[in-house]
Amino acid sequence: MSMMEDIRLKVESLLRTERLPHVWCSGCGIGITLNAFLRAVVRANIDPNQLAVVSGIGCTGRAAGYVNVDSFHTTHGRAIPFAVGLKFARPDMHVVVFSGDGDLFAIGGNHFVNAARRNHDILVIAVNNFIYGMTGGQHGPTTPTGAFTTTTPYGNPDRPFNIPHLAISLGAPYAARWTTHHLMQLQNSIYTALHRKGFRVIEVISQCPTVYGRRNSMRDPLTMMEYFKKNSIIKHDATFEEMELTYNGKIVVGVFRDVQGIPTYEERYEDIIRRAKK
Amino acid sequence: MNAGRYFWSGDIAAAEGAIAAGCRFYAGYPITPSSEIAERMALRLPQVGGRFIEMEDEIGSIAAIIGASWTGVKAMTATAGPGISLMNENIGLAVMTEVPIVIVNAMRGAPSTGLPTLIGQGDIMQAKWGSHGSYEIISIYPSNVQETFDLMIDAFNYAERYRVPVIFLLDALLAHMYEKLDVPPQEEIDKRVINRKKPTKPPGETLIYQPDEDLVPPMPAVGEGYKIHATGLTHNEKGHPELTVDAQEKLVKRLNDKIRKHAREIWKVEEYLTDDAKLIVFAAGSEARAVRTAVDMARKEGLKVGLMRPITVWPFPHEYVEKYAVDYLVSEINYGQMYHMVREYASGRVELFPGMGGEIHTPQQVLRAIRRMIE
Ligand code: SF4
Repeated sequence: MSMMEDIRLKVESLLRTERLPHVWCSGCGIGITLNAFLRAVVRANIDPNQLAVVSGIGCTGRAAGYVNVDSFHTTHGRAIPFAVGLKFARPDMHVVVFSGDGDLFAIGGNHFVNAARRNHDILVIAVNNFIYGMTGGQHGPTTPTGAFTTTTPYGNPDRPFNIPHLAISLGAPYAARWTTHHLMQLQNSIYTALHRKGFRVIEVISQCPTVYGRRNSMRDPLTMMEYFKKNSIIKHDATFEEMELTYNGKIVVGVFRDVQGIPTYEERYEDIIRRAKK
Repeated sequence: MNAGRYFWSGDIAAAEGAIAAGCRFYAGYPITPSSEIAERMALRLPQVGGRFIEMEDEIGSIAAIIGASWTGVKAMTATAGPGISLMNENIGLAVMTEVPIVIVNAMRGAPSTGLPTLIGQGDIMQAKWGSHGSYEIISIYPSNVQETFDLMIDAFNYAERYRVPVIFLLDALLAHMYEKLDVPPQEEIDKRVINRKKPTKPPGETLIYQPDEDLVPPMPAVGEGYKIHATGLTHNEKGHPELTVDAQEKLVKRLNDKIRKHAREIWKVEEYLTDDAKLIVFAAGSEARAVRTAVDMARKEGLKVGLMRPITVWPFPHEYVEKYAVDYLVSEINYGQMYHMVREYASGRVELFPGMGGEIHTPQQVLRAIRRMIE
């Protein structure tokens, strides 16, 4: 068996294949991201029984339903605190939150901020498609200023989150951004992050042709990926200003922070248990 | 805790009762009058190898205990009115995904911020109907510190036995009131402790939402190879979403029936001088203490009055109400909640003796209400 075939089979074993086809539109970037994640898990040789995946609600929130590991499709915005409880109670498990931008940063924003601050040992894969897809294309906390959505018919007056900046400012030891066009880089980044500790955040800019692209002159998936390809620049030492995303503007990608040795909440609590038992 | 006599508040007794029941995980957010439960857990849990975390809000707190419970640990949180309102969406998630958790709600004057340090009993209906949808939970409500400790063991037992959130009601009076209580030896408590059923079949052969005869599915923990999938969406016995009328009918009916069919095993009701009573006063929690004194006073006047105190508030112990063809006076610190339940099942007259919150009735006030109703 070729190595490629071997990886493909292993990836397949991490999917609940009986649940396919999935709910995502053809050409959606969530599947690409999920595939990159599963390949990274295979490469990292993680025991599937030691991995839990937690999602919130939304298009990306459905990801937990397809992975053949302990997986939880929780409530809107609450994937992170659910994962926090799971991880804190079972510190030996790998816990990955796989969810969308609206879920993680609007309704779930407070949990993101505080879990990052406490440095829980959780990997967050944040799929940013600039929009609320599941509900039909309303603007969200990452919709670029000026973009058209069903709730910004005259263009978005709102200002989007700069996710890597947010994560870094909260002390997250690992913060990266890629697009679905950067398949290998994304996979490598997830692979690296799986070997790191602490609150790790990977933002994945992902195409939603169905409800975002269509209103912003990128009707088909290829046009959106072309846009990602043409407009992205890899710059690991980007400044916070450079990381900002603008409407149809440049997309600075890279691994913006990768530091080791910051104690996680779980590690610090082991010390609390030691002190309490004295 | 070592066996012996202690002088504790309701809050401390709730925390210690939880630890005695085997609770080893607490996530919470400070709120009056339940904060002392969090403080006690922060102190005590790490001593017994458990874990305490103060979350960013009540929504995070309940999400965290649901996540923790999937690891097999007994988990709880505690809050009060504003916090329980925030928790309600995730109480629905715990109901739908059948996760054992215990939530303490120390009721205070409400609505909104109301009277944070003073008693209310306005969350009785909310305990049952707080989250959206048609579902059953279990709710119990002690009326003294000893009972708070003892019933906490039952609360965890119910949660584990039926895979359901248990809402443990306290009120501001009981939460902050100090009383003597006896803590039995842990070996005796252990004999009473129930743990969740584990799957008997290996992974691969187990449908994680396939119920046993008792309508409760065994519960695997994460990391055991069962490849659990849990979703708040309507799901089938595999745990996979199945968004059909049939799946909804089957699942939601079972979630309700697993509690309804065991109601008799769950119900705990205290009856005091009800045998020959012509009028029964129905009251719970701290309010029932004043009512008991009022009943004694009424008896001295020759009035045939008794007290019925639901310890199990939900599922509502209706058979106890139905048992007596008498009039009922429902004395509660709200503008009529249990009153409606009693009215549904009583055959005689039912009257409400309400209080808007901040204090319980005095025995004299209750006595006057009794006299009015008897005349
Ligand atoms: S609506 Fe957009 S994000 Fe959702 S599945 Fe379709 S393409 Fe993907």
